[in-house]
Amino acid sequence: MAVYKRSYTSYSGALTPPRTRFLVLPRYSYERLFKSRFLVGFLVACLFFPLGCIGYIYLVNNLTIFQSMGIPTPGFLKIDGKFFLVFMNFQGALAYVLTALIGPNLIAPDLANNALPTYFSRPFSRTEYVIGKISVLFILLSIITWVPGMLLFGVQASQAGWDWSVANWYILRGILLGHITWILLLSLISVAMSAWVKWKVVAGALILGIFGIGAGLAQIINSILRTDYGSMIDISRIMYTIWSDQFGIETSTGLEAFEAWIGFAAVCIVCLLMLERKIRPKEIVR
Amino acid sequence: MSTGNSDNSTVIQLDKLSVNLGGRLILDGLSVELKGRTIGLLGPNGAGKSTLINTLLGFYAPSMGTARVFGHDTRAEARLVKSLIGYMPENDSFIADMNAVTFIRMMAELSGLPAQTALERAHECLFYVGLGEARYRKLGTYSLGMRQLAKLAQAIVHGPKLVILDEPTNGLDPPARRRMLKMIREMRDNAGMRIVLCSHLLRDVEDTCEEVVILKGGKIVHYANLEEERRANKRFVELETVGDDEGFAIAMENLGATCAMAGKGRWKMVLPAEFNFRDLYQVASDKDLELRRLNYRKDTLEDIFLKAMTQ
Repeated sequence: MAVYKRSYTSYSGALTPPRTRFLVLPRYSYERLFKSRFLVGFLVACLFFPLGCIGYIYLVNNLTIFQSMGIPTPGFLKIDGKFFLVFMNFQGALAYVLTALIGPNLIAPDLANNALPTYFSRPFSRTEYVIGKISVLFILLSIITWVPGMLLFGVQASQAGWDWSVANWYILRGILLGHITWILLLSLISVAMSAWVKWKVVAGALILGIFGIGAGLAQIINSILRTDYGSMIDISRIMYTIWSDQFGIETSTGLEAFEAWIGFAAVCIVCLLMLERKIRPKEIVR
Repeated sequence: MSTGNSDNSTVIQLDKLSVNLGGRLILDGLSVELKGRTIGLLGPNGAGKSTLINTLLGFYAPSMGTARVFGHDTRAEARLVKSLIGYMPENDSFIADMNAVTFIRMMAELSGLPAQTALERAHECLFYVGLGEARYRKLGTYSLGMRQLAKLAQAIVHGPKLVILDEPTNGLDPPARRRMLKMIREMRDNAGMRIVLCSHLLRDVEDTCEEVVILKGGKIVHYANLEEERRANKRFVELETVGDDEGFAIAMENLGATCAMAGKGRWKMVLPAEFNFRDLYQVASDKDLELRRLNYRKDTLEDIFLKAMTQ
């Protein structure tokens, strides 16, 4: 019907599958986010390091100078778990900054504008809403973390051959599991903070600060109680322990891998509880 | 999927519905079956109108009893019920830095419309409500009246069978109010949409609604079928006469009317359903009787509301 015919007609056409409806939210979020040139620039800059790593892998696998001199390639130029752990740490830090930039824009505007009743009066659940908002971060952070990580592994595998791939398959597992857990944690913290603090600037500061606050509290607990269990609330230590465990590298974080996983699960549960309490179509005033 | 929205079907059915929020009983055993095309929801502040709307939308769970929309339980079949409903909230409920087309398109997509169709319908609905020229403006820059229209557009964009309008004429100037009420009637008559109208303005409800439910203290204190009341009012007349009114009363009773004297020369009559008023004037003329006054009884919604409030 042409728009100039100002009459109303009901709709009886086809509907999209309910399972994929949560993807509407990231689409509209990206439309708004990518209006910021700074954000686009930062996202592109986040891909420079993986590009450098690809170049490095190529060079290490093609250093004919050592071979021509008949001496083995120096050990520090090896592409192994440590190399990929450095890559993960660097990209993980960038993912953290990107989360602090994007996270506050996710839920806070909906809450500030009282838009939740409009969302939830439709066939669209709270779970779908949260998954939709998390997927905004998940997709963007994936582009700068595990996707280039897999690419690096692929480049190294193509250069070093099948035997290297078989011997180092755990690296692939570490990249995927490590980065996905990191993204999940960042996303949950980010949406939980965004849901609890309506002011975007404060929400951003909280997302950045929560890691420092956790580390500070952990240090205080460890010092006073003379234990290492305080580190279970230090999110950076938790993640570093999980990552190192995936790559089979010893760490001095004071945490065992299973303790780190417990800490990880606890942070996720707290964030989910915060979301459960805040993401409601109507707040019940007691 | 059967929505069962034929003309005589039940739109809303409440069966001993109670809702408890924060330890307080807000709705207390509501039971009613509403079939009207336009249903008015009235009551003083704190009567439970908003809670009832929120329960119909599945926002609140009943602590006892059930609420059904087109025969579907609002809790057990929440998704289906929400796909049948469009909701225009009382307060502003949108993202201020989005333009109207984008916001309404997004809401249509969340209701399940494909992206292209959602865009087309967003434009259509904005033109329909009269925001065609302002559709690319950010919602935050809209005036109060424009915001009401934008809220209406998002409520109807997905073609719901039932629209719940919470104070739709709030903040509208008289022409805009008239236009809003006209649109409500159009949606009801042309698009076959069922409408629940929650308003403090009794005149708006009276102008548009066929059924009215009056709530007070979480209970239904009055249910009125305005259409039937209007018909009944037309059959009830009050007369003032000068002359031989005894013979007049007998003649009217012979025509099927029930008469009662309310003082000298003052009569109250209930006329039969298919009564022709020419017969009344003919009888008066035959009896050489002067008719000084003929009033239809007219219980306004305000009378009904005030009576209900004293209960």
